Amino acid sequence: MEFLKDLFAFLMERKKWWLMPVILVLLLLGALLIFAGQSAVAPFIYTLF
Amino acid sequence: MSNARHILGISAYYHDAAAAIVCDGEVVAAAQEERFTRKKHDPGFPGNAVRFCLDQAGLGLGDLAAIAFYDKPLLKFERLLETYYAFAPRGLRSFLMSMPIWIKEKLFQKKLLWDHLLEVAGPGRPDVPMLFPEHHLSHAASAFYPSPFDEAAVMTVDGVGEWATASLCHGEGTGMRILKELHFPHSVGLLYSAFTYFLGFRVNSGEYKLMGLAPYGDPGSAQVAEFERKIRERLVDVAPDGSVWLDQDYFDYATGLRMVREDRWEGLFGMARRDHADELEMCHCNLGLAIQRVTEDIMLKMAAEAKRLTGSRNLCLAGGVALNCVGNGKLQRSGLFDRVWIQPAAGDAGGALGAALAAWHLHFERPRSTCGHLDRMRGSFLGPDVTDQDIARMIRHFSAVGEHFENFDDLCARAAAIMESGAVVGWVQGRMEWGPRALGNRSIIGDPRSPDMQRKMNVNIKYRESFRPFAPSVLAEDAGEYFDLRGADSPYMLLVADVVERHRKPLPPDYASMPVRDKLYTLRSSLPAITHIDFSARVQTVHRETNERYWRLIQAFKARTGCPAIVNTSFNVRGEPIVCTPEDAYRCFMRTDMDALAVGDYLFEKHRQPPWPEDRRWKEEFVLD
Repeated sequence: MEFLKDLFAFLMERKKWWLMPVILVLLLLGALLIFAGQSAVAPFIYTLF
Repeated sequence: MSNARHILGISAYYHDAAAAIVCDGEVVAAAQEERFTRKKHDPGFPGNAVRFCLDQAGLGLGDLAAIAFYDKPLLKFERLLETYYAFAPRGLRSFLMSMPIWIKEKLFQKKLLWDHLLEVAGPGRPDVPMLFPEHHLSHAASAFYPSPFDEAAVMTVDGVGEWATASLCHGEGTGMRILKELHFPHSVGLLYSAFTYFLGFRVNSGEYKLMGLAPYGDPGSAQVAEFERKIRERLVDVAPDGSVWLDQDYFDYATGLRMVREDRWEGLFGMARRDHADELEMCHCNLGLAIQRVTEDIMLKMAAEAKRLTGSRNLCLAGGVALNCVGNGKLQRSGLFDRVWIQPAAGDAGGALGAALAAWHLHFERPRSTCGHLDRMRGSFLGPDVTDQDIARMIRHFSAVGEHFENFDDLCARAAAIMESGAVVGWVQGRMEWGPRALGNRSIIGDPRSPDMQRKMNVNIKYRESFRPFAPSVLAEDAGEYFDLRGADSPYMLLVADVVERHRKPLPPDYASMPVRDKLYTLRSSLPAITHIDFSARVQTVHRETNERYWRLIQAFKARTGCPAIVNTSFNVRGEPIVCTPEDAYRCFMRTDMDALAVGDYLFEKHRQPPWPEDRRWKEEFVLD
């Protein structure tokens, strides 16, 4: 809940509403990933992400 | 805001995780997580560093005014999504790798931070706000607020934060305004890291090796000029204000899993990417020199722009590029600013301190005071202390045989005599340094006049590449006798200055074109162990006000030899974080050819110690950097 509040405040401030559906879809996919038990692999060249 | 006066700053999850705590804007404690976990550049949550900071201040989480994290995760996520969108379909593989990390963890960083904090401090989340100042604002705050200036231009340059890769700010009293920013993917730090990668060093840790390699290039050669021309024509466009535009056709970091597109670089420079095990050749040195020159030019142009925008006579620096002490030295000597001050933890670890200071002065708008000519970093001795109990524990643990000195000056005299004999001493005193440089509290020291010292320290003690230079610690009052610092102090070893003419030795006529190894062993000055190939030295000026014990040691060496400088290198072996506790120090001492170890008021000489049982496989413990 706190995350959604922060996300909304962020989008309000940045006025980048187009990110909202992208983030929601990614979150849904993420939920699927977690249920599927996949592991996240760390990047290894430069920690840009 | 309550009456609470403490802010806990944290940097984590990328590289060089750290924690710092400030009270009324004064730095109380700061430490990097790697020193506790013994894992170099440890990126994980800095639980040990947080615990140390809270203990040092005698606080629990509930006593804090705020917790400040050094960047804005959502803004970083915005940059990622927009970058992938802009480059699509290029970058699909990288996208598929990075998104799970974000969706599982990084997007929920506030929760993640609280979970980790409660693991350290115990259950029960207190009602303390968590703030997220921007990455470059954190760097800028770490540079300006502890500086000795009431007003200054502030320049931050690194790889990338959220969007910004560099910023110019103006600090005045309590306030700070961002005047200009350079945005991803155009980045001076990433440009330098790309060359670090191409020349076979590790990104995010090998940049200083590239800086040390550059002087081996032949400055008058056609190859260096040609490399520099190609860099400027094909890779990077440098504008008059120091902003850069990188041709992304040559780079891969924005969406790929490598720094550069190797085939294009190999075509451009006419050489293959160097593997870390390959011999260093003249072309590698020349390419290193070319990118170092371009980087210095960018730094000078940015600084000139900061001067134009602010009209200030003072400059503060932070961000990973501010660890390029060769560039810093040129900046200081350029005369653009009367005084230059650099945050000793200029890299991302320093963001923890900057975030805390930004929260105190910018968010809570609390006043700031300066204290005359001194900065507010307490000499950067902000880490864990060495206590007599720690030393007793170390002696018990290893059955170490040491000698206790009632009078510290006697210990200094003995250590000076050992150094004069050509031996190498480990020196552990007081609180550990904050930042990547050892400044005399966790140092390995020796006689800089010895022609054999550089090779001995590199090969037999640090187990690192023989080309790498060592730095001198010199009494501040005698620094001008040996180094061309033009009156500047360099207490954090972040300025490179030339050895003055009268201490140099004449060079052979073919010196510039000599092979790397021959150059290395040519006698260049009366202090050969710390004089780099181009007569430069990464100087640390030692001040009695900030490190009396170290100052007294160098005084003792001077009294014995007439030389007011000693060699100072960090107390570790290659790939190992700098030692933190006396036990770390003793272990490192026994594993190497160090001759003696001074910890607090004790001296341990190698020949008196019990046999060390470990075999040589211990080197595998540390991943080479």
